[in-house]
Amino acid sequence: MNLLRGESLSVNRQGRPILTAVDITLKCGEMLGLIGPNGAGKSTLLRLLAGVIEADEGILSLEDNPVSAITHRERARRIAYLPQLSEIAWPMSVERLVELGRIPHLDPWQHPGPQDRAIIERVIARTDLQPFRRRAFNTLSGGEQARVVLARALVTEPNILLADEPVSALDPAHQLDVMTLLSEHCQAGQSVIVVLHDLSLAAHYCHRLQLLHQGATLAVGSAEAVLTPGNLKTAYAIAINQTAEETLSPFRLPWRRLS
Amino acid sequence: MIAAQSRYRLILALSLSVAFTAMLSLLTGSQAIPLLQALRQSFDGESGVYGLILTELRLPRTLVALLAGASLGLGGALMQSLLRNPLASPGLVGSASGAALGAVVTLYFGLAGMFALALPIGGIVGALLATLMVYLLAGRDAGILTLILAGVAVNAFALALVSLLLNLAPSPYAVQEIALWMLGSLANVSRNELWILLPGTLAGWLMAWRQGRALDLLTFGEETAASMGADLPRLRQRLFLAVALTVGSAVSVTGAIGFIGLVVPHLLRPLVGYQPSRLLIPSALGGALLLLTADIVVRLLPAQGEIKVGVVTSLIGAPFFLWLILQGKRRVT
Repeated sequence: MNLLRGESLSVNRQGRPILTAVDITLKCGEMLGLIGPNGAGKSTLLRLLAGVIEADEGILSLEDNPVSAITHRERARRIAYLPQLSEIAWPMSVERLVELGRIPHLDPWQHPGPQDRAIIERVIARTDLQPFRRRAFNTLSGGEQARVVLARALVTEPNILLADEPVSALDPAHQLDVMTLLSEHCQAGQSVIVVLHDLSLAAHYCHRLQLLHQGATLAVGSAEAVLTPGNLKTAYAIAINQTAEETLSPFRLPWRRLS
Repeated sequence: MIAAQSRYRLILALSLSVAFTAMLSLLTGSQAIPLLQALRQSFDGESGVYGLILTELRLPRTLVALLAGASLGLGGALMQSLLRNPLASPGLVGSASGAALGAVVTLYFGLAGMFALALPIGGIVGALLATLMVYLLAGRDAGILTLILAGVAVNAFALALVSLLLNLAPSPYAVQEIALWMLGSLANVSRNELWILLPGTLAGWLMAWRQGRALDLLTFGEETAASMGADLPRLRQRLFLAVALTVGSAVSVTGAIGFIGLVVPHLLRPLVGYQPSRLLIPSALGGALLLLTADIVVRLLPAQGEIKVGVVTSLIGAPFFLWLILQGKRRVT
């Protein structure tokens, strides 16, 4: 069964096509990498899947039901969305912010119960936020902030996690940490769509890649099938260095995390 | 757990302070009244001057201060959370200036002299119309900046019309009447004003009720809030109407009372861990407390006539506003 399925999705803004007839599918336990140059429509596609914007054309279905038939709350329980920039309006504590991720599961004014608490504690431990839990969000470093907003999305326990460049502001070690967290989310039978600019990271962690170019899908499939010299040239206007090709595969990460 | 406890402690402390200040307000005035005797007179239905002062003057004045203050405090908390801006005030969506215009129109055309309820009704209608204009100008799916700009435009226009009416006022007496009303006062409220204030206030409070979660979600920004299940167009619609009803009713009865809606939520926010939903009830209580206190202060100030309560709140509020800006500047640098 397809967890998420979009057919010929199109979005126009002020008469200009942003996305044209994009198909996308996501299976259970899958990590799909959305790649493509700036302005290719990756973020628009993600926002569309998150329900933040609506498609001008095309059909989007969640677990084989049309999204239009699902309430905001139900969708919010199943899909969590992590935007590129997280602007937090108030200097709330890490703990409180993470707790807000449970809201889709709570009635108005209902406080998180013991079960919610257990989930929150587990996620705080997994994202290494224990030392910062009482600190205000605005006093944290960029890497810590990225982990807080990721934790907020994880406590929702969504079937689908949509992450827009979650590692772009992070150092290599924290990049690996975040990608590992996303992989673990998939291993639990849930799925992730992640927008990435780092092709090596994308090739290493994602089960499948979808390459967007000028609002349309240029290629979709395994890293080897998508990151061909021809596709890289068309989409990014780059070529892989000969030396890199000989010494190490461009699809393999040149480093690993030390514990 | 600890956080929840301290939250109820804050609400309890504020409630007790409000109750105590309300008692004080009943006892404060140019005529000292023996409370027990006044109570006995009003409950036994025997006509006595103490009973009359208590039930016809002090009690309505105290209750109006309580309700109007609570509406201003709550309105400030709602608007600041909705616009994600600590400098937003409930008047931003046009309710206060619209109410002022509506009330001034009734004063100008002498309707207020013809029947007593014309003024507050005109105020509420003005508030609703101004808020509707902001809402229509900004559009259903407007961003925060568009909302603020539309609010600024409508406010400016309403105040320009108020100035025009002052300018064209037929007699110095009318000018004075309008100007004094604009200053904001609780001195002349009676039971009639209380009945005018009550329905809009309660309806607005009910509408704001249960919107706390959506305001919490807005902490993450509009798009994330939408992805987490918040229905933003509906939220905006409800809060606009809620603020128009509550603040519009309050301003219609009391005149313009500034800075309570701005200052109270800002002062209380750190005490609730900056969480928007937890700010609502304390802000309402804090607004009631501040207006009750200010209204007691004006009754105690030795002055010819009475200093208007709106003047006192603005006198305290404006320097505080300045201090906020300086604090913000320090934090940035």
